[in-house]
Amino acid sequence: MSRTSLFVPLGVFLLIVGVGYAGFKLNDPHELPSALLGKPFPEFAAPLLADSGTVVDRTALLGEPVLVNVWATWCPTCKAEHEQLLRIRESAGLRMVGVNYKDDPAKARSWLRQLGDPYEFVVQDADGSLGVELGVYGAPESFLLDARGTIVYKRVGDINPRIWRDELAPALARLNGVAAGGKNE
Amino acid sequence: MCATGAHASRPRTAAWLLVTLRAILPMTLLTSFLCVAGATFTTVAWAAGPVDVYRFATPEEEARYRALIDEFRCPKCLNTNLSGSDAPIAKDLRRTVHRLLTQEGLTDQQIRDYLRDRYGDFVLYDPPFRPGTWLLWLAPPVFVIIGALVVWRLLRQPAAEPLSEQEIARLQSILEDQ
Repeated sequence: MSRTSLFVPLGVFLLIVGVGYAGFKLNDPHELPSALLGKPFPEFAAPLLADSGTVVDRTALLGEPVLVNVWATWCPTCKAEHEQLLRIRESAGLRMVGVNYKDDPAKARSWLRQLGDPYEFVVQDADGSLGVELGVYGAPESFLLDARGTIVYKRVGDINPRIWRDELAPALARLNGVAAGGKNE
Repeated sequence: MCATGAHASRPRTAAWLLVTLRAILPMTLLTSFLCVAGATFTTVAWAAGPVDVYRFATPEEEARYRALIDEFRCPKCLNTNLSGSDAPIAKDLRRTVHRLLTQEGLTDQQIRDYLRDRYGDFVLYDPPFRPGTWLLWLAPPVFVIIGALVVWRLLRQPAAEPLSEQEIARLQSILEDQ
C-alpha cells in the first residue's frame, strides 16, 4: 500500500463533510422553485369577498404593479404577516389584492374589519382551485405582478420586514424603474 | 478451537469466501424476505390511505387516475405521493387530476405538463436532465462505474491455489467443531 493511498479515507471523510455542509446550507426543502415566475397570472373568475354576487377576472389586476396575497383566517402566519402588509400599503403605496384561500367568507370579512384591510379587493377561492392554478400549496403566498399581469416575484411564506427590504422592495423598484425608463423613451 | 497453531497457514481466499458465504446467505435471504414483506405492507397501507369518492366512466379511466396520483408528489409533504397524502393540497390536486382526466379529457402527458407548469419539477418524481439536475442524474452511474472498477481490480488479483488435502481436512474439522 503506497503512502498516498493512506490519505484516501481522509479524502472520503472530507467529501462527506462537504456534501453534508452544502446540503444543510441549501434552502428550506419546503421552498419549491417558482414555476410561474415570468409567466402571466392565470385566467380566473372569482367572486369578491365583499360581495359574492360580483365576479372579477384577470383584467382587474392589470394597469399597475400589484401584490396578490393568498391568505386565510386559519393560517397563523397570515396574521403575523398582515401587520406588515398594512405597513407596506401605508408606506410604499403598493397596490394589493387578496385571495381568500379555502376559508369561510364571514370569518374573513370580520378578520379584515378587526385587523384592517390593506387590499383593494379580495376574491374568494373557496375550493382552492385558483390556488391550484397559482401553484399554491400553503398560505401565505404572494405574487408581485407587473402592470401587464406578468408574475415577476413570488414569495412562499410570510412577507416580513427582512423579505420586504431584501426581496420585495427591490423587485418593486425594478418594476417602477422599468416603467419610468419606458416613459422617458 | 482456533486455528492459530504452528500449522496455521495464510487464510486462502477460496476457503474464506466459502465460510463467509455460508454465514451471510441465510441473513441475505431473511433480509430480502423482510424487504419484500415491508414493501408489500407499505403499499397496502398507502392503498388504504385517504379515500375520495370519484366517479369514472370506464375502468381504464380509473386505472389512469390511480396511476397518475401514484406518480405525482405532494407539494406540501416532500416524500409522499398524491395518493398517499391526506394533506388538503393533495386532496385538491387529486380533484384537479380527476377533473382534467374525466371532464377535460386530457392525456396523461398533458396532465403532467399541467401540474408541472404550476408546481414545477417538484411534483414529478422524475426530474428532467438540466444544468440544475445533472449531479442528480450522473451520480448513480458514476458510483456504478466506481463499484465496477473495484470489483474488476479484486477479480484481477491472481486466483488462490486450490486447497491441499491436509487443508481441506482441517477446514472440515473446523466446520464440524462448530
